[in-house]
Amino acid sequence: MSLLSVRDLFVNYRTQGGPVPAVRGVDIEIGKGEVLGLAGESGCGKSTIAGALLRLLPTGTEVTGSILLNGEDVLGMKPGRLRAVRWTETSIVFQGAMHALNPVQRVGEQIEEAILIHQQAGDREARLRVGSLLEHVGLPQRRIRDYPHELSGGQRQRVMIAMALACNPSLIIADEPTTALDVMVQAQVLKLLKELQREFGLAMLFITHDLSVLIEVCDRLAVMYAGRIVEEGPAQSVFYESAHPYTRALSAAFPAIGEGRFRRAPSGLPGDPPYPQDLPDGCTFHPRCPVAFEACPHIDPRLFDVTPGWRAACLLVDSAKSELEGARTPGSGP
Amino acid sequence: MARIPAVPTGTEPGPEFRGSLGEDRVPHTPRAITWKRRRRAVTQFWSIYRKNGMGMAGLYILVIFGAIALLAPVISSSRGLDPTLANGPILAGPSLKYPLGTDDLGRSVLTMTIWGSRISLMVGLMATVLTMIIGASVGIVAGYRGRWVDALLMRITDWFLVIPWLALAIVLASILGQSLFIIVVVIAVTSWPSTARVVRAQVLSVKQRPFVERARALGASDWHLVTRHVLPNVFPVIFANTILVVAIAILSETTLSFLGLGDPLHVSWGTILEFAYDAGATSLGAWWWLVAPGVCIVLVVLAFTMCGYAFDEILNPRIRER
Amino acid sequence: MKTRTYLLQKIGQVVLTMFFILLFNFLLFRVLPGNPAVLLARAAGARLTKADQLQLIRDLGLDKPLIGQFFTYIGDTLRGNLGKSTIVYPGQSVTSIFSEFLRPTLILVGISTILSTIFGVLMGIHAGWRRGSRFDLSSMGFSLVLYAMPEWWLGILLLIFFAVTLGLFPTGGLVSVTQNYTGFGHFVDLLNHLFLPCLTLTLAFLGEYYLLMRSSLLDVLGEEYITLARAKGLREKLVLWRHAVRNALLPTVTLVALNFGYVLAGAITVETVYSYPGLGKLTFDALSAKDFPLLQGMFLFFSLAVIIANLIADLLYAYLDPRVREA
Repeated sequence: MSLLSVRDLFVNYRTQGGPVPAVRGVDIEIGKGEVLGLAGESGCGKSTIAGALLRLLPTGTEVTGSILLNGEDVLGMKPGRLRAVRWTETSIVFQGAMHALNPVQRVGEQIEEAILIHQQAGDREARLRVGSLLEHVGLPQRRIRDYPHELSGGQRQRVMIAMALACNPSLIIADEPTTALDVMVQAQVLKLLKELQREFGLAMLFITHDLSVLIEVCDRLAVMYAGRIVEEGPAQSVFYESAHPYTRALSAAFPAIGEGRFRRAPSGLPGDPPYPQDLPDGCTFHPRCPVAFEACPHIDPRLFDVTPGWRAACLLVDSAKSELEGARTPGSGP
Repeated sequence: MARIPAVPTGTEPGPEFRGSLGEDRVPHTPRAITWKRRRRAVTQFWSIYRKNGMGMAGLYILVIFGAIALLAPVISSSRGLDPTLANGPILAGPSLKYPLGTDDLGRSVLTMTIWGSRISLMVGLMATVLTMIIGASVGIVAGYRGRWVDALLMRITDWFLVIPWLALAIVLASILGQSLFIIVVVIAVTSWPSTARVVRAQVLSVKQRPFVERARALGASDWHLVTRHVLPNVFPVIFANTILVVAIAILSETTLSFLGLGDPLHVSWGTILEFAYDAGATSLGAWWWLVAPGVCIVLVVLAFTMCGYAFDEILNPRIRER
Repeated sequence: MKTRTYLLQKIGQVVLTMFFILLFNFLLFRVLPGNPAVLLARAAGARLTKADQLQLIRDLGLDKPLIGQFFTYIGDTLRGNLGKSTIVYPGQSVTSIFSEFLRPTLILVGISTILSTIFGVLMGIHAGWRRGSRFDLSSMGFSLVLYAMPEWWLGILLLIFFAVTLGLFPTGGLVSVTQNYTGFGHFVDLLNHLFLPCLTLTLAFLGEYYLLMRSSLLDVLGEEYITLARAKGLREKLVLWRHAVRNALLPTVTLVALNFGYVLAGAITVETVYSYPGLGKLTFDALSAKDFPLLQGMFLFFSLAVIIANLIADLLYAYLDPRVREA
């Protein structure tokens, strides 16, 4: 049974101008110990999903669909059960650790709070746990008594990671954990996450807009555009052989040094992602798509199989598949 | 939005030409473009402001009071203020002839309130102008020059901020005397520091923006930078602050008048209340004499505050979400 | 230790500020146009001959060079000699007059500040937490109206309504003049007389603390560490009090200090309205009589009070916000 099973997730924000669809029908499946990457530009809905999974979105936000965490329906949980599940089964590593930490509380206390709230240990034991967690993420124990502003960006991110591990969750949602960091620090934090994931057998939902980062850590990759997943499959296939034109453009925008194919490929996409209130007809990507054809503005593609376990929402995938099938049906050729 | 085509550099007037979308008479000098942009900004601002309930309510109240103040000679006679000509009943409650009752000399409270609006509003506005001139100048110089000038000016400002305003006002007024002019000066002396702080903060934030550095790299003089770049960006904040300062200035005038520091020759809402209280209106139960001027004060101050808040909301989009 | 340097810095600033206040006070009355002796004498209602004027000038040390006078002035002030009142309590030393009138004002200002802060903060928290509710909107309106009122006018209204019309409370003074209470009765009598002035001053500033707390809380509630606190599984109450309020309270501390000057101004006017015998009423009497030594002393005293209030607030803020201690 999978750890996290999301089906038909729809999220509508309530605004002065009416409901704004941020997520429009997303399915996600993460098994035990599996790392799924979720990529896309700003505003595609990926951070919204992170918030939706633990019901952390602002009150009034409409969330429909099914979110099953260890078989339990998150959306239907009573508040008490929800609070118990939060952090113990799933925790979140936020981005921009500057404002994600309470500025007037020592970092050790903030980590300790998570442990004590869930009554996983007494005071003294909790403090020892916090010390060992900090060591695990590469910080000296004496940092327990520091305030957030006394730490560097990378150190604060490590504190966030230590905090996320505090209650031994089985799933960690990492929401842009490296975005605000310098490249060197980014690499260190990624390495740390990989090691921790391996050591504790953690399942992870790794959310970012930087595709090349995901290659390092993820088993599977999903790419989002305008509130929907447009491609998902094994990380290597999705990144290197992208079936969807958007994925192709996205991976070209974050070239990996030494990769031959980036040497001459033009990167960058014209235009901007569409406003959720003002989505194009047919395939939402077609206005920016370099290979769009006549059918694209009229048909909204669902996810078609490229190979089993690898799907993309592009009519080209569908037509390629039909060509393939057409070639295989008897009577249409040798 | 119409696209403004590229313009030739230099300011020599040339033939006006059609815009790329066929519009007539497109402005083509940098100055004309700037003014057109400013006019558009004002109309845009007005259309947003119109939708702000609080701001419009405040504006209506101010328009009404402004009209009353300006039309005072038309709607009532100033002879009603003359104690020697008063012939109404003493301390009479509201009636048809005297809608707001009479005072202890038989004058109509309504007449006095109408005429009092002129002085109260005028003193408030004049004190505000003086406050803004001093405060904005200090704030801009301190923020722009920086270093020791800034430190010195801020020390002085902080010093003034520490002193309780009424204590300073009392001391100054008791030495300098009592006239409208002195009241205006006293209020300005006690109000300019907080304006200076606000303006300085805004100047500091504007100073850091890249376009200022760019302009300086192009060889712009200080004067040019201040008048063409800093001031236009600081202006909205100054304007919003001005509105709130008027409210405080009016309140200050009434308090000073109530304490007997006002100009004895002119009737303002504060002096009406001073007379009323001194004449024992509270124990005599002459509530109309005390309530009417006070309600006017509250309405006007409230109106200015609401407009100021509306302004703040519009300039500061984060606040709007609240 | 960083805190010690911070403390020393602050105290140094206080001393410097007080010095300039003394300078200002000194110059203000010495730089008056006209012969100071004549002014003093005129204020005292006497007419002096030329010889008497010269004698007075010599007595007051006004013929010595200005710098000398200034140092004498500082010396006198530090020893508690603020001169003698000329009109209100002629001949009595200013300091002794102050000490008589200090306690009622201390009680009035102290209690009303505590009450307005507590109620303002609590109301602000409630309104910010339940934004858009009926409580929020009505308390906003209520606070705005309070803010727009001169506090003494509110006092007059309350006086008319509760004391004159309803007769529930006395119309002024500190204790009853008709009856002589002792012990518990005396205490109740004091409370009776304190109630309306205290209510006035509390209401006058309640609105500002409410508005600030509300907006400060709304700011904080948008921060990520609040979402994090929820994600950790904290109950809403804990999220509010341990994380949100703890951060949102900071600007309020600053405001209480900044406002203190206005609170004292309010004390002056409200005590006057209620004839409450404190430093505020004393100031009004001194002002009406143009008793300059008393006014000078009042100016000094009120400024010092605000400076000390600011110092306490700075220290409190540094205790609450660790970021400030750095630099």
